[in-house]
Amino acid sequence: MNLFAKALLGTAAVMALGIGGATEATAQQKTLRFIPQADLKLLDPIWTTQYIVRNHGYLVYDTLFATNSKFEVKPQMVDTFEVSADKKLYTFKLRDGLKFHDGQPVTSADVVPSIQRWGKKDSLGILIFTKVVAMKAVDPKTFTIELSEPFPLLLEGLGKVSSNVPFIMPERLAKTDPNEQVKEIIGSGPFKFAANEWVPGSKAVYIKNTDYVPRKEPADWATGGKVVKVDRVEWLIIPDSATASAALEKGEVDWWEQPPSDFWDRLAKINGVKVIQSDPLGNIGVFRMNHLHPPFDNPKMREAMLYVVDQADYIQSMVGDLKNGKLCYSYFGCGVPMETDAGAEPMKGKRDLAKAKQLIKESGYDGRKILVMSPTDQPVIDRQTLMTHEYLKQLGLNIEYIATDWGTVGSRRAKKDPVDKGGWNIFHTWTLVLDQMTPPANLQVSGAGDKAWFGWPKNEKLEQLRNVDWVKATSVDEQKKIAAEISKEAYKTLPFIVTGQFYPKTAHRTNITGVPVSPVVFFWGVDKN
Amino acid sequence: MFAYIVRRLLATIPVMGVVALFVFALLHLTPGDPAVLIAGELATDADIAAIRAKLGLDQPFHIQLATWLWSLARGDLGISIFTNLPVTRLIEQRLEPTLMLTLTTLIVSIVIALPLGIISAWKAGTWIDTAVMSFAVFGFSVPVFVLGFVLILVFSLQLDWFPVQGYTSISEGFLPFLANITLPSVALGMIYAALIARITRASMLDVLAQDYIRTADAKGLATFDVLIRHGLKNAAVPIVTVIGIGIALLISGVVVTETVFAIPGLGRLTVDAIVKRDYPIVQGMVLLFSAVYVFINLLVDLSYTLLDPRIRY
Repeated sequence: MNLFAKALLGTAAVMALGIGGATEATAQQKTLRFIPQADLKLLDPIWTTQYIVRNHGYLVYDTLFATNSKFEVKPQMVDTFEVSADKKLYTFKLRDGLKFHDGQPVTSADVVPSIQRWGKKDSLGILIFTKVVAMKAVDPKTFTIELSEPFPLLLEGLGKVSSNVPFIMPERLAKTDPNEQVKEIIGSGPFKFAANEWVPGSKAVYIKNTDYVPRKEPADWATGGKVVKVDRVEWLIIPDSATASAALEKGEVDWWEQPPSDFWDRLAKINGVKVIQSDPLGNIGVFRMNHLHPPFDNPKMREAMLYVVDQADYIQSMVGDLKNGKLCYSYFGCGVPMETDAGAEPMKGKRDLAKAKQLIKESGYDGRKILVMSPTDQPVIDRQTLMTHEYLKQLGLNIEYIATDWGTVGSRRAKKDPVDKGGWNIFHTWTLVLDQMTPPANLQVSGAGDKAWFGWPKNEKLEQLRNVDWVKATSVDEQKKIAAEISKEAYKTLPFIVTGQFYPKTAHRTNITGVPVSPVVFFWGVDKN
Repeated sequence: MFAYIVRRLLATIPVMGVVALFVFALLHLTPGDPAVLIAGELATDADIAAIRAKLGLDQPFHIQLATWLWSLARGDLGISIFTNLPVTRLIEQRLEPTLMLTLTTLIVSIVIALPLGIISAWKAGTWIDTAVMSFAVFGFSVPVFVLGFVLILVFSLQLDWFPVQGYTSISEGFLPFLANITLPSVALGMIYAALIARITRASMLDVLAQDYIRTADAKGLATFDVLIRHGLKNAAVPIVTVIGIGIALLISGVVVTETVFAIPGLGRLTVDAIVKRDYPIVQGMVLLFSAVYVFINLLVDLSYTLLDPRIRY
């Protein structure tokens, strides 16, 4: 045998060993391969409100309380709690078996700074801490929160499902400045983050936390027993949708969180793939105007938009078909306790172009340029903006349409300057109904002027109703009544226009069971057969 | 020769300096704010301002520039604004896929292009020549992503020969590596095969018209010897130049292929960083790409001395 032949045989043997090794390793583990909605570039769910980081947070961290599909707040890390007769002192006791991924037990000393850090970032957390007199660790398992006055939303805040979620971190990490990212990802949740396997832009890996002790109750959204049925979850970032679709079709991935609507029908026809509506609440499209500068500083100009906007058009542009969405005139979303369309009459029925033109005339619009920004890298937002562009053209307005990326829109929308100095007039976005469903959580409906969300609408009565009256309400009926008042005020000021409610879908291989139907993607209960 | 190499290497320092300054200035003039993207959709003005301050993005331009240059002088490319990881580690994570994709693409391109270019020149004016040049036009004209998806459809979904996406390191087994890298290399290799085939043909046509080729033919040398030993060797300088430029272009230009086949390479790292305004990564990558260009150009120049004894530095 000559040297070349020997080398060839040797290479073949090494190659065979290589393949054998890989196959054996794969067979030993039950790995769920998942394409998330976005790339995971940040890891601290308190530092950012990004949904992808919140989802990562649910894998790694646990919460004191959580909310179920009936919007009931249930204890999660907390075992028992008591409320004093004057409703100003809450005493909580942690349940047994809570342990961080570094092996240390979870104690009250970890809980207190974790909640304090959250309370400096989250809108509801900030509101809660305006009423907190003291938060103390009594013993390793007991802590108290003392309030200056009864605050019915305390438990709702601690059991908040969406960003920012009050996750519990070890004390040394929880003491990090809330405007700085934590340096280590150590939680006490059902999965451990494999930091050494993290390749931003490509892969994030979570390993089953075998020390995790789930609650006994069945899981329901973020509540109940977080029973993990796979050994490993791999988040694979596949930037191109056609590639992601092919990978799911071939079984290289098990689950694709949010395929674009253009792919739903195609994926549903593939043998071995199932497409389901993943979020029962859905999302809301947002049409935002800048209240600081002409022409939308004029209420008549804003009102004119109500008579041309047709939600059916927007829904079709965002998700292809009206059956994938719903006409919804509620600022808090539809299908939730606070749903109300009070004050929404101008948005309903046949669109009235003549009325809109009349209002524009009355507003004294001087033909100035209206700057509309669209991020073409965000299809749902881009399609809404194109729709709005069409309506503005029908109204004969002078439009400057800027097609750019989300990075630019995101920073430009924060500018309060006039258009000629880098400001803006209109942009679109969308948000989870989950984040809109209660007045204090609903940032976009705020009328706090300078302190409001981008667009800076000002309506003091609206703000009083949203942040004070509703918060103090002691019954759901009372809350609903105030929500209707808020809606009426909002339809006068128009902090934003709802462009419709639409429902995302998720696609998975049929051998995957337990895929949650919830506004947040959870991995406990998911199995791979 | 040694003095020449040292001179060339020293000349890269001012080039890199200018590139660094230019990139830094360009990035900071580009609209967009990483703090906004970090804070997320539900953040307020105050949240964004606090993050901006923590990241030092509220500092004047000259302070930010000086901080960066000082880090650079100490060999530190900085920390990614988003991931909090050192830029060097991010580059290290992505280097192997890009280098391997470049290498395999070059192999595919050269293996296809050189024989085609030589045969095309040898059979100039015949249907073979026309066929080869038609292939070259096809290779140039079909975008990489179109070819990539066609390859996925046929070889992954229909025939089930290759995986759709991903990258497996060569250290995890050669065959899995080969399975993942084949389709991207073919998709990306077509354009370079077309380029190299055209240059090879043109260069060979020049050489084959020379008297010494006619003499070699007249002496009764085998066609293979005439084409390869006498023809290709003398036509090699422009071919090597194009291949060299190709390497540099491949390393910095594989983003579409990396996106289509979900390969975690340097191209995607750069584009992601641009979209997110992750300045330290973009700056680091542009410096790296510049260094690669300069270094490969130097190698190409040095290779001329091996191919043509008349060239001396």
